Amino acid sequence: MNARAKAADRRASALFWGAALLVIAILAGIILYILVNGVPALSWAFLTQAPAKMGREGGVLPMIVGTLVLTVMAILIATPLGVGTAIYLTEYTREGPVTQIIRFGAESLAGIPSIIFGLFGFIFFVIELDLGWSILSGALTLAAMILPTIIRTAEESLRSVPVSFREISYALGASRWQTVTRAVLPTAMPGIVTGIVLALGRSIGETAAVIFTAGSSLRLPTSLFDPVRTLPVHFYILAREGISLQKAYATAAILVIAILLINFVAYYLLARFSARRGAVRR
Amino acid sequence: MAMTWQEKAIERLLFLIALSAVTVLILITVFIFRGGWPILAKVGVGKFVSGLKWAPSRGVFGILPMIAGSLWVTIGALIVGVPLGVACAVFLAEIAPPRVGAFVKPAIELLAGIPSVVYGFMGLVILVPFVRTVFGGPGFSVLAAAIVLGIMILPTVVSISYDAIRSVPRVYREGMYSLGATRWQTISMVILPAARSGILASVILGMGRAIGETMAVIMVAGNATLIPRSPLDPVRTLTSNIALEMGYAAGDHRTALFATGIVLFVIIAILNLIARRVLTGGVRR
Repeated sequence: MNARAKAADRRASALFWGAALLVIAILAGIILYILVNGVPALSWAFLTQAPAKMGREGGVLPMIVGTLVLTVMAILIATPLGVGTAIYLTEYTREGPVTQIIRFGAESLAGIPSIIFGLFGFIFFVIELDLGWSILSGALTLAAMILPTIIRTAEESLRSVPVSFREISYALGASRWQTVTRAVLPTAMPGIVTGIVLALGRSIGETAAVIFTAGSSLRLPTSLFDPVRTLPVHFYILAREGISLQKAYATAAILVIAILLINFVAYYLLARFSARRGAVRR
Repeated sequence: MAMTWQEKAIERLLFLIALSAVTVLILITVFIFRGGWPILAKVGVGKFVSGLKWAPSRGVFGILPMIAGSLWVTIGALIVGVPLGVACAVFLAEIAPPRVGAFVKPAIELLAGIPSVVYGFMGLVILVPFVRTVFGGPGFSVLAAAIVLGIMILPTVVSISYDAIRSVPRVYREGMYSLGATRWQTISMVILPAARSGILASVILGMGRAIGETMAVIMVAGNATLIPRSPLDPVRTLTSNIALEMGYAAGDHRTALFATGIVLFVIIAILNLIARRVLTGGVRR
């Protein structure tokens, strides 16, 4: 009986290790496959030239610019709203019906699929507000999509600031806003920035929400009212319409490298944040 | 402490900002429903969701094949993703040496960061040909979509199950070990049952992710508007239906795509409500 239990235990452990190894292998497989096939096709010209013949030739400069502008705009719109919401929830109010409604809104928003955001952005920003297929429409749609991520991470980091920080600040005669801006926010900043970086990663890779709001123009945008084609949209069109497999791999490689960098930065920030939090607790 | 008018103004402003998420949620609900309602009123909700034929050019709008398609690929994704995801969560929470865990956990989070078009592309160049040569059929299939989605829901399933397992009180484990139980006996008899509501919530949220995923599914599922009869048949989901035709649809056709969005929206809302119930129920117990 005991020997059988031990044998079962060994088998189970092996299975759990196997599951973790399989997931790591899948992740490594995806990244390596894209990099091995895509990096050789990358060149300075590919990064700095406009595409020709629907992307069969040339580079992806307008898509890089489009993706960057769209993402930065979305972050600029969503960050004040998200961090403001988190400050209100943690510093300005007690738990009650109002906070429950706000949390319900944020949590529900987090569960909505990106294609629904795309539909909404299309009918609301593109048609109703008459912004057309544009950077602005795309950025507003993305901002709505990443808002819950920023709220959640900002709230978690604000909550992790020790109550004593606030008490000391109030004891020194500081007002609530002074306490927030001088004692609480600086301490919570790395955590908040981590959330913003994660949201950045999500918007860079997003396709369904931007394809019907920002458009799929191949031209370099000159104003916020111009349509753009982001890297994932370009990649999707290249791959699905079989325009050029080589260019698709190269575009995917740019995306994967960007996502890897973003995740490393987020991980590094988070590690530093937790280390500091540990120090404060001691 | 008396508040200055600036302090009051700041508080008001923050309150308004805090309403942004709810405002966006209301706007989305209103505009999606407004965009799709005319066709539901014209065709009838029952006929729209039970109609077998989708022929926009002839004004025939039935989305049962897409509802069935979403259901098929989602169930497939759960079959692939839940055992693997829960096993990873158990591994991270109970088995992994700290150094291994410190490597595996961020790796699984990284899986969530990979864009869905990249998953779809990997499915397209690797899985689809694999399914075609090994199992036959066109390769673009429920099976290919289920595997891709199963991998894509892993981060959701792992992180929520992991939290649930970690929140099982330490004394449960200590009690079992002091009775001479093995680690597997402790996991299977005490920890998993104690964490079941959190694990169930992870499954429901993973389901929401799978139903809502669009680009990856389009690239591997084949997108035929027929109810699949086997896992090797091509399939079109609710999300793909919207994304495939939105680019050129107009009039009733566009309205019908918004109505497809309404159906998707309602399914997701129901799943999220169930997940909330399960999670808060778990805390109360």
